[in-house]
Amino acid sequence: MVTSIIRRLIQAVFVVVAMTVIVFIGVNVIGNPVDILINPDANQAERARVIAHYGLDQPLWRQYLLFLQGLLHGDFGNSFVYGRPAMGLILERLPATLELAISALAIALVFGLPLGLYAGLYPNRVSSKLIMSGSILGFSLPTFWVGLMLIMVFSVELGWLPTNGRGPTLELFGVRWSFLTGEGLRHLLLPAFNLALFKTSLILRLTRAGVQEVLPQDYVKFARAKGLRERRVIAVHVLKNLMIPVVTIIGLEFGSLIAFSVVTESIFAWPGMGKLIIDSINLLDRPVIVAYLMMMVLLFVVLNFIIDVCYTILDPRVRLDSKA
Amino acid sequence: MSALLQVRNLVTEFGGGKGQPGTRAVNDVSFSVERGRVLGLVGESGSGKSVTGFSIIRLLERPGRIAAGEIFFDGVDISRNSEEEMRRLRGKRIAMVFQDPTMTLNPVLSVGTQMIEAVLAHESVSKEAARQRARDALGLVGIPSPEERLAAYPHQFSGGMRQRVAIAIALLHKPDLIIADEPTTALDVTIQSQIIAEFQKLTEEARTAVIWVTHDLAIVSRLADDIAVMYAGRLVETGPVSEVLNDPRHPYTAGLIASVPSQNHRGERLHQINGMTPALNRLPQGCSFRTRCERADDGCLVMPELALAGERSFRCIHPVTKVSAS
Repeated sequence: MVTSIIRRLIQAVFVVVAMTVIVFIGVNVIGNPVDILINPDANQAERARVIAHYGLDQPLWRQYLLFLQGLLHGDFGNSFVYGRPAMGLILERLPATLELAISALAIALVFGLPLGLYAGLYPNRVSSKLIMSGSILGFSLPTFWVGLMLIMVFSVELGWLPTNGRGPTLELFGVRWSFLTGEGLRHLLLPAFNLALFKTSLILRLTRAGVQEVLPQDYVKFARAKGLRERRVIAVHVLKNLMIPVVTIIGLEFGSLIAFSVVTESIFAWPGMGKLIIDSINLLDRPVIVAYLMMMVLLFVVLNFIIDVCYTILDPRVRLDSKA
Repeated sequence: MSALLQVRNLVTEFGGGKGQPGTRAVNDVSFSVERGRVLGLVGESGSGKSVTGFSIIRLLERPGRIAAGEIFFDGVDISRNSEEEMRRLRGKRIAMVFQDPTMTLNPVLSVGTQMIEAVLAHESVSKEAARQRARDALGLVGIPSPEERLAAYPHQFSGGMRQRVAIAIALLHKPDLIIADEPTTALDVTIQSQIIAEFQKLTEEARTAVIWVTHDLAIVSRLADDIAVMYAGRLVETGPVSEVLNDPRHPYTAGLIASVPSQNHRGERLHQINGMTPALNRLPQGCSFRTRCERADDGCLVMPELALAGERSFRCIHPVTKVSAS
């Protein structure tokens, strides 16, 4: 177990290093921030001074090494736009995005798992067929369109829920959260639902497929032959086998929830990382983009690791050398 | 009523319903099993032998259902039982052992969990008491260091050991009847013998009745008291094992016996039954075996009734008569 953890950690370091190269080169390809940063009216001397200030006159490999050096000190450089440390900016926005992503995941699980279970257990009922057709909509309707429709219906027409922002927040553990206030919760509802729709459909279909795969297995029949109550057969024998693929997907999808909350955050003006990264890309604010991407890399590496740990808890067959 | 289990005119259909007949996997099957006796239910794949077993314990795959007939268990017709009444019987009074031991235990639950839940499904005892029962049951079927094995997961057992665990689970509540659906088919011959010995001990000591579903006549001859041969969903011959195997009356039974390799002399061609089992939805008119039978004639175009002869019965108008051993 310990060796496998160490092996994974070393792999993770390689992944992160490889990503720094890709990210750094990629960011250099998409455009020159000088054109945006410097007032077009500025004279040549002033241009040269700004370029030198940001270190943009150095060759690319030199810039990269300087960047790595900063990285080792936890310094991603200052934002070109805000003039403040890039990582600080991102961490400031992180709670808003986390809050949105966790809420969306919770919604996706609360609706996706039971509905998928139902549709899997009673595939021939009309209600199951409706659920499955609905999930196709959830898959194929574009997030931005659904977001706009939600605003149209619930904010503009019905006037039940606010259209944008986080609303009032409350501090907990030094971080401000929306879900702690009633008004903040109302602000959270629409964007969370919007972000959850796709994942709900995904978990729903995955659960249904899992149920249909597990139900005909001999061990389910044998569990019934033991005289177990149907509730235990489903809740323990079926669900526990089902959770193995579902947990994998949930873990991976949580990363993508955070990474791709961009659209939802833009539509609902949710002040999270997604909105920050879109703004930064528009302004070619390199340090922020790089810091954000590195953050995402780390997030996925950590998530993958957590999934692996969950795996060993759920599936005894992967507890390889636990007893050795 | 003396017999523990009495199946009368059982019909199990797949599909159909609302006045439309489905495919009859089990058609008008009647037999009985007494305490302490083993019935060998024999037939080829698709003959309906497994479906018969699952009909009794009512664990048919959808869209299978019992369309007609009665199943008297200890004097009560359990084919009319509610689902909850059936659940209380399953594992408690009627237990089942499956064919493939690698598939019958849930891979993600420890053996202990799977045994303890089986105890707790029928008795409100403490978890510790249930654990004790599970441990004893494992010991009973010859699994070494049962205490440690309770914490192990199915993949840490060999196939034979897993089947022993399955049998231990079946024995937890000392059932009156065990339906064993080809429990040794997937095992090595040496393990087969051990499992068979296990069952022999069981029927003698605990007077448990066993329905042994198999296609293996050699096992039936060693273990069973009675035999019921199924073909295309119907019983074609029943009777005491030694009599039926030594003196088969139905040509199909005779064909089955002749196909067992040990019946032939070395170098001699193995006997085969011509053709294949017909599909259940396209059975020939009259006797289902007619198209494969050497003895068939126009008289076989009408389905023959089961003819009774003492303890035996067979469904054939041109029965095989014993020829002197060649």
